[in-house]
Amino acid sequence: MHIIRSVSDADLLFKALSDPGRRKLMDRLHANDGQTLSELCRYLDMTRQGVTQHLAVLEAANLVAVQWRGREKLHFLNPVPLQEIYDRWISKFERLRLQALGELKRSLEEGSTDPKRRSKT
Amino acid sequence: MSANGRSSFVYVTFIRTTPEKLWAALTDAEFTSRYWFGTSAQSAWTQGAQWKLVGRDGTLTDSGEIVESDPPRRLVIRWQNEWKAELKAEGQSRCTMLLEPVGSAVKLTVTHEIERAESKLITAVSGGWPRVLSNLKSLLETGEIAITEGQHHDLRARELAQAQASST
Repeated sequence: MHIIRSVSDADLLFKALSDPGRRKLMDRLHANDGQTLSELCRYLDMTRQGVTQHLAVLEAANLVAVQWRGREKLHFLNPVPLQEIYDRWISKFERLRLQALGELKRSLEEGSTDPKRRSKT
Repeated sequence: MSANGRSSFVYVTFIRTTPEKLWAALTDAEFTSRYWFGTSAQSAWTQGAQWKLVGRDGTLTDSGEIVESDPPRRLVIRWQNEWKAELKAEGQSRCTMLLEPVGSAVKLTVTHEIERAESKLITAVSGGWPRVLSNLKSLLETGEIAITEGQHHDLRARELAQAQASST
């Protein structure tokens, strides 16, 4: 499964995020990271099999990382792919907003109280 | 994040590179500063060697010791914050970096843990690691970083403001 990652990282990621049940699972892990399957099933209105399947999709998309502690399989929320979405899709818009704020600050601090006059210069 | 008197997180990224190149990227002081927002990781990287993170202005932010070093597979660092009194007071944490080849990529798993519940240190580092790892992946795969130092500091400032607002 991992070998095809290079072709469709983003596809797997957005597909994994497209299901409300999986998003709810991610919320549960965000509230309390490092849970077993049984712990996750306790608070969710889903069958154990359903949770298992959702976790497999999240793991394939690298949104959930698994660690063994003794005989317990713990599930951790992995935010790195979400950071990549931020870098790819959001940060460029933030940059424009920050630039606009920076320009506003500069024009105000340069002492002009009349925006119309400043905009002509 | 907290269970049974322990706080931890596990972050994973797949990077299209070789284990040797990734190991070099994790252990080269100059290279680390390129994706770690100016912070450089300095050590001889052998078992028992001192380890430190130094900011661009020379501030010592974190220090510790290399617990295990098995290039290019496994690195374990005993990690203590030096920058903020309340984080330093929590004492030693443990950071493990695992490099595993998967097809034409390397799976990098970063685990950071401390033997105490509700750790502020773990909360603090958990916010920074995704940005560092995303930048590292981008730098190794494309030669460019994804997020700049200025944006990182802006995001940090906003997180701190939110944390302060929610704690009052």
